[in-house]
Amino acid sequence: MAGGPPFRPGASYAAPPHPCWLEEEPYVAQFLSELEIFGVAVCPWPWLAAALVGLVHVGLLLSLVAVAALLFIWLERKISGRIQDRLGPTRVGGKFGWLQTLADGLKLLTKEDLMPAGADRLLFKIAPYVSFCAAISAFIAIPFAGGAYPWIAQHLNVGVFFVLAVLGLEVFGVILAGYSSASKWSLFGAMREAAQVVSYEVPLGLCVVVPVMIAGSMDLVVIGDLQAGWFTQWLVFHDPFTLITFWVYFTCATASVNRAPFDLAEAESELVGGFHTEYSGLRWSFFFMAEYGSMFSVSILAAILFLGGWHGPIPLTSLMNLSGEAGSLGWGLAQALGLANVLLKGTLGVCVMIWIRWTLPRLRIDQVMAVCLKYCTPIAAVMFLGATCWHYQFPHQSFFDMLLILGGGRR
Amino acid sequence: MASIYWPSFFFLLFSGLACGFAVAVLCSQNIVRMAFYLVLSLAATASLFFLAGAEFVGAMQLMIYVGGTLVLLVFGVMLTSQERFVTMKVAVGDRLKGLLVGGALLGVLIAAALSIPAWQGLDRGEAETLVVPPTATPIGMGLVGLRVDDPAAAGYLFPFEIVSVHLLVVLIGAAYLARAKRKKYEEPSAA
Repeated sequence: MAGGPPFRPGASYAAPPHPCWLEEEPYVAQFLSELEIFGVAVCPWPWLAAALVGLVHVGLLLSLVAVAALLFIWLERKISGRIQDRLGPTRVGGKFGWLQTLADGLKLLTKEDLMPAGADRLLFKIAPYVSFCAAISAFIAIPFAGGAYPWIAQHLNVGVFFVLAVLGLEVFGVILAGYSSASKWSLFGAMREAAQVVSYEVPLGLCVVVPVMIAGSMDLVVIGDLQAGWFTQWLVFHDPFTLITFWVYFTCATASVNRAPFDLAEAESELVGGFHTEYSGLRWSFFFMAEYGSMFSVSILAAILFLGGWHGPIPLTSLMNLSGEAGSLGWGLAQALGLANVLLKGTLGVCVMIWIRWTLPRLRIDQVMAVCLKYCTPIAAVMFLGATCWHYQFPHQSFFDMLLILGGGRR
Repeated sequence: MASIYWPSFFFLLFSGLACGFAVAVLCSQNIVRMAFYLVLSLAATASLFFLAGAEFVGAMQLMIYVGGTLVLLVFGVMLTSQERFVTMKVAVGDRLKGLLVGGALLGVLIAAALSIPAWQGLDRGEAETLVVPPTATPIGMGLVGLRVDDPAAAGYLFPFEIVSVHLLVVLIGAAYLARAKRKKYEEPSAA
């Protein structure tokens, strides 16, 4: 399970074959290049098949992020309405006011596109796209279903690491926006956000290392498939240390996507709107799409790393015997169930973030830094040490396995 | 179009982007734009690593250079750049001197790169059958002292430890230097 047999020093090590470029997507691309309609080949060239597969991936991911942002903005309004005894959208149209986000989008489209007189025009225009691209690119390496043919745009050997690296790039758009706006509020807001995001990457990275260590791989598909079975196999329940690591990860993830109570970058009383003070209309909404996109991606990452990924709490796919060769109906159903699991868990994570936002008061900037450096980083480091000791003492055994052994169970 | 070897095409594309933005860094006068072009150049270099199948090195490039070093650099530039330093004017003599030194280095590097037979590349038939092994595991194993390609050879645990301890010392030193000196609180004199 965990990346094959354990590595022994001195033993000959055969690297698993990794298909080369253009063959990365053997299944769909091959199917496309062999598909014939009325005797006419649809894709006579392999490069066209590869390009089509790539385009489909990009389109799916883009629409996923856009639809997720629509849904989350609506959810944010409704949940905050519930929590704070407001009404939330009720009358805009549609049941439960779900048209509110669409109305917002139309409003943003028709707003005047302003640019300050002293702005650096090129950087001012590019900054929202930099943020948005970084938020989208993280989804390239995130799997939505596992197995031998995982549903993933680009199956990377170092998936976790890639996602973290790309998520860290989002702050670049913020810094550019802050600088190019030629406004002191923007500049100060950008400085704050950059300082915060860069600091929180340290404990975030330390937390992510724990599942990587247990799985013995940075491949997200391997980490997810390690947790197959009942929810007791989820890495969050692997041992007491991973349980705490999960909460530290979630705190740091909330902070690194600038959600309340860590949203110090925009503070009406001190910094006006923060880095996006000077932005309006569609450009501003790109920053918001990026924020919701990265909220979703860190939540999905939490789901895959700690909460079983595409494996539900109850192993429905194996109970219902939904397996089979790739491409068969059973396989498709199982994968779709996995996809639903990942998306549901990700949405749940975002809902918790919304819940936290409308429940807790905001921190001061020095408190934000203290939480990162004095609490999260040391706790994450100690938990990493603890998880290492557990893994050394009881290799590949989770807490519930231990309970079974203690109770004289099977295994 | 079937005769185009696409990896070569993408190699030319990304290397062209990397070189183009590197030249843009030189030609730009605005210091923040220079930093931005440097980001694009380094990101194009990262995509070259991805193209070569070295995903770990590519992600490392993104994380350390683009996400870490360059953010700090832009940070520093934003904090320190006053009006008169934002646009940099370079004299013609300085340009010539720079061109001479940089050009000499470039020439040496190109000559060295072309003189190594192992870097001459494969022909297309060989390249298409090439199987690229995953890169993260050998690197990680090498760092904890086990060479995957040659189990008898020593790994890199010792240099890795030395570098780690060195970095730790640097971090502690930086924190010590940067910490605020605690002063005794003095009662402000009534003026």
